[in-house]
Formats: sequence, structure tokens, C-alpha cells
Amino acid sequence: MYEAASKLLNSLRRVIAEPLGAVGLILVIGMIAAAIFADLLAVHDPTSISPRDRFMEPSVAHLLGTDQLGRDLFSRVLHGGQIALTVALISIAVSLIIGVVLGLIAGYGPSWLDNSMILLFDAIKSYPTVMLALALVTLFGPSLTAVMIVVVLVNVPGYARIIRTQTLALKSSQFVASAQSIGASTARVLRVHILPNSIGPLLILASMDIPVVIAIEAGMSFLGLGVRPPTPSWGSILNDGFTAIRDTPWIAIAGGVPIILTTLGFTFLGETLRDIFDPRLKTQA
Amino acid sequence: MLIYSLKRLALAVLIVSAAMFLLFTMIYLIPGDPASVALGPRATDAMREALLIKMGLDQPVWIQFWNFFTNAWQGNLGNEILSNRPVADVVMEQLPWTLALIAGGMVWSIALGIPLGCWTAVKRGGLADRAIGVLSIAVIAVPSFVVAIYALLIFAVSLRWLPAIGAGDPGNLGDQLLHLVLPSLAVGLGWVGYIARMVRASMLEVLEAPHIRTARAFGLTDRQITYRYALSIAILPTVTLLGVGIGQMLSSAVFAEIVFARPGVGKLVYDAILTRNYPLVSGAVLVTTALFIAINLIADLVVGYLDPRVRSRL
Repeated sequence: MYEAASKLLNSLRRVIAEPLGAVGLILVIGMIAAAIFADLLAVHDPTSISPRDRFMEPSVAHLLGTDQLGRDLFSRVLHGGQIALTVALISIAVSLIIGVVLGLIAGYGPSWLDNSMILLFDAIKSYPTVMLALALVTLFGPSLTAVMIVVVLVNVPGYARIIRTQTLALKSSQFVASAQSIGASTARVLRVHILPNSIGPLLILASMDIPVVIAIEAGMSFLGLGVRPPTPSWGSILNDGFTAIRDTPWIAIAGGVPIILTTLGFTFLGETLRDIFDPRLKTQA
Repeated sequence: MLIYSLKRLALAVLIVSAAMFLLFTMIYLIPGDPASVALGPRATDAMREALLIKMGLDQPVWIQFWNFFTNAWQGNLGNEILSNRPVADVVMEQLPWTLALIAGGMVWSIALGIPLGCWTAVKRGGLADRAIGVLSIAVIAVPSFVVAIYALLIFAVSLRWLPAIGAGDPGNLGDQLLHLVLPSLAVGLGWVGYIARMVRASMLEVLEAPHIRTARAFGLTDRQITYRYALSIAILPTVTLLGVGIGQMLSSAVFAEIVFARPGVGKLVYDAILTRNYPLVSGAVLVTTALFIAINLIADLVVGYLDPRVRSRL
């Protein structure tokens, strides 16, 4: 326990030592804190409509102003952060689980299965992401679930490929052969010997996908194909602002700046983590 | 080279087929048939049945897939629902606009990315190198639709330097190019960062090579060495990357076309979704996917031609 804590503290120190990592960490912690304490920080209800207060410029009462329905933008931005973070964490976790399982199957299983899975992954990768998202969202109907399914579909091939490559390399190693020769089951070999040795690089790459997923959610919500109104999302705020961009630019600023700061924060942090823990990934990414 | 080209071509055909199969499967598996999606919630059963038969959806699934597959390879993507025109025609009409936008994005990313990459490689470790390094990561991270909206807000709405919406006067090429500046910036900005980083990394490797040392010993200027002798080799990894880049630019183009109200495949798909014109959506997805695969094929063939070592890896 003590050892783990000191290890964590040590890597935290190395992240902060890099200016880029320190900035990233501050942005990420700020974003997560804002999302967790959204209900405390936001004095107004993010969805309550008050037509008398519409299109108000930023002021002390409304820190970021109000939108076309008189809703407080500061509250909407904070709650939008909750949505962005939830979508990112859930969909990446699901992609990781599916990706790991498929990767282990492809890497450890027979080669015909491996080849057909690789073909399938390449086929998924060959759709332009937004086009695939548009096609699926049309069929499912616009919702956050549809957005998450798109993210899972887009991420799984990459994750599975990494695990597959690692599994193929480890499969012929001595320690796997010795485990097999003393009668370890396939499940045990995969769980105890192959997975722990191959998951590290995957976790770093997955953390670098967080900003990408946040961008996909915001993008779909911007097109009106993500969250359903009146739920706030940074993308839907940006869309409200885009509609009224000539007269009330603060709405577009309130929706876009959080997207920029969050994607920058996670990317800076991810880049620093990768350089510290696994510099070899730099050439693969 | 011939064998490599044939193998690579066969792989591309296989991937396109797999992508078609996947698209078909997704359409088939997802609850709610395309006919109901097209007709909306108020359709009667009789209307739905008529459309199902018209779209060939009453036949067994393998026959449906076979028809879809063979027709698609012959360029027949079915007819769209609203005007009953062939989907392929409608998509092909819009495709040049999107290609022009992507070409504009490429111009931005190459014109800024390559010089920045060379410059930071030569001045490595300095303040400019670090600043541009951070800036490169930043432009890669920020989503293109945010760039599009803020470019519109800053350069078109506030400063009024450039036109905000539309594709420009049809007969006036200058006006059309002017309308292309901001949307293509939004599409290409992220790739300025990618290319700058790629070129810098491979440039650093190449600058250590013996033939560069020889060139230096012969007294060539830094500028000559960097741009004439080192860049021609350092550019290779970037060529492979451009194939992937065009695919991502296809995605960004969807947003740029919607934000700047330009014609194009992205706008077409978006409008088709709003009118539940499903055959048009899946047709456009298929065309852009095939385009993306074809571009990657070309990029790989170019690299295979330039660098024979690659050919043996397939």
C-alpha cells in the first residue's frame, strides 16, 4: 500500500516537472472538479427557461451570460462537463474491455480467426469517423447511447490490434511455454501471463483518446445528433451560439472554450505520461 | 513492384468488400428497418410494405446482401427517396466541392507544416522549437468544428476580412478561392501540427546521416542542405501519413461544410439525415469510405515506389 502510494507520488512529481504536464494536470483536475461539484458551483438551474433574461451579456449574476432561452450559461457549461466526462469514461472503459478480449482472441487463437478479425478491424478503420457516426446515429436515433456506440466501434479495432501484437510476441516467449508445460489452462495463461504484460501501452493510448471522445460527443451534439434538449452539452451550447453568432458571440465562446481547454489539458497530460512511461509509443501513435 | 502493387490492390478490394458487408450488417441488425426510418412515425403499414418491396427489403437477407454488393461494385447505390434520383449521381455531384475543401486543407497543412518542421529541426532545443512543439500538439488536440466556428467568428464576423458563408460566385474563381480560405483552414489546421511534428522527427534523423555531413564538409549552406538534400528524404514518412490525413480531413470537412454553409458530401449527408433519406446516407458513407481506401492505396503505392524496402513487408 505504502509502496504503491509512493510510486504514484513519484510519477506525479515527474509529470509536474514537465511544464506541459503541469499545465495539463491543472486543466484536467480543474475540469474534473468543475464537473463533480457542478451542482454546488452552479447557482442557476441549467435547464430552467426564463424568457425575460434571454441573450444577456456576461455579468456578475450570469458569469458567462445567458442563451436564447434565458438559461444561465455558466450552469450549462458546468453540467455539460459532467456529460462530456461521463461519455468519455464509459465509452473508453467499454472499448477497453471489448478491445482486450478481441485482441487476446486474435493473438492467441488460430490464424484464420486472426486474419478475419484483422480484416474486420481494417474495414471499421476505413470509414471516415464522422461519416460512420452520422450513419449510425440516423439508424439508432439521436442519443448519447448512439454516440457511445460509435465511440466504442471506432476505438475497439485500435485497442484490439495493440493487444493482439503484444499477445503474438508473448505467445512464443519462454515463460508462457513453461506455464503451458506445467499444465496452466489457456485462460490462466492469458490472464496471468499475457494480459499484465501487454496492457501498459494500451492504457496510455486509451488515456490519450479521452480528448478525442470528448470531441466526438461535442461534435455530434453540435450537429443536434447527441444529447437531447434541454440537457446541456458543450456541443449543443456551441450550436446555440453558432445560430446567434453575429449578435451574441458569448454563447459560442461559452460552449467552445471549455472544449478547447479540456482537449488541451488531456492531450498535454497524455503526451507527458507517454513520454515518461513508454517513449517507444511515440513512433507508433 | 508489380507484385507489390497487385497484392496491395487486392487488399484494398478486400477491405472495401468487408466495409460494405459491415455497413450492410449494421443496417440490417439495428432495430427499425430503413423503410420505417424513411417514412417516419406516422406511416401506415401499407405504405411501409410498399416501400419495403420497392427497396427489395422483403427478400431473404442473403439475396438482399448479394444485390447490394453486386450493385455497389457496379456503381449502382440505389435511388434516393425524395426525388428518386440515383444516389451515385447525387453524391458525385457534391464530391468535387468536398475534394476542393480537402485540397485546400492539404495546401494549408503542407505550406505551413513542412517549413515549420524543417525550421524547428534545424533550431532544435531552442525557444522557437519548444513553442512550436507545444503549438503543434495544441492544434492537433482542438476539434476542427471549434476551429471552424472560431475562425468564422474572428475573421468573418468580427474582422470582416473574409466571407462567412457559401461557396462563392459560381463563375468567379477568385471569389470561390476567397470563400475556401477559412473552411480549408479549419480542415487543415490540425494537420499543420501533425506534419510539423513528423517532418521535424524524421529531419532530425536525416540531418545526422553521412551524406549530409559530406554536404556540410563541401561547404554547402544550411539552407541548401536542409531543403535540397535532407528534406527529400525526410518527407517520406509524411507521404504515408497523408493518406490517413485525407481520411480525417473528410471527417472535418463535414463540419466545415455545415458551419460555412458550403455544398459538399458532408452537407449532403447532414441534410439527408434531417430528411430521413437513408439510402443517400449509406451511399455517401460508402463512396467516402471507398475514396479513403483508394487514397491510402495510392499513398502506399507511392511509398512502395520511393522506398523498395516497404514492398517486402506486405
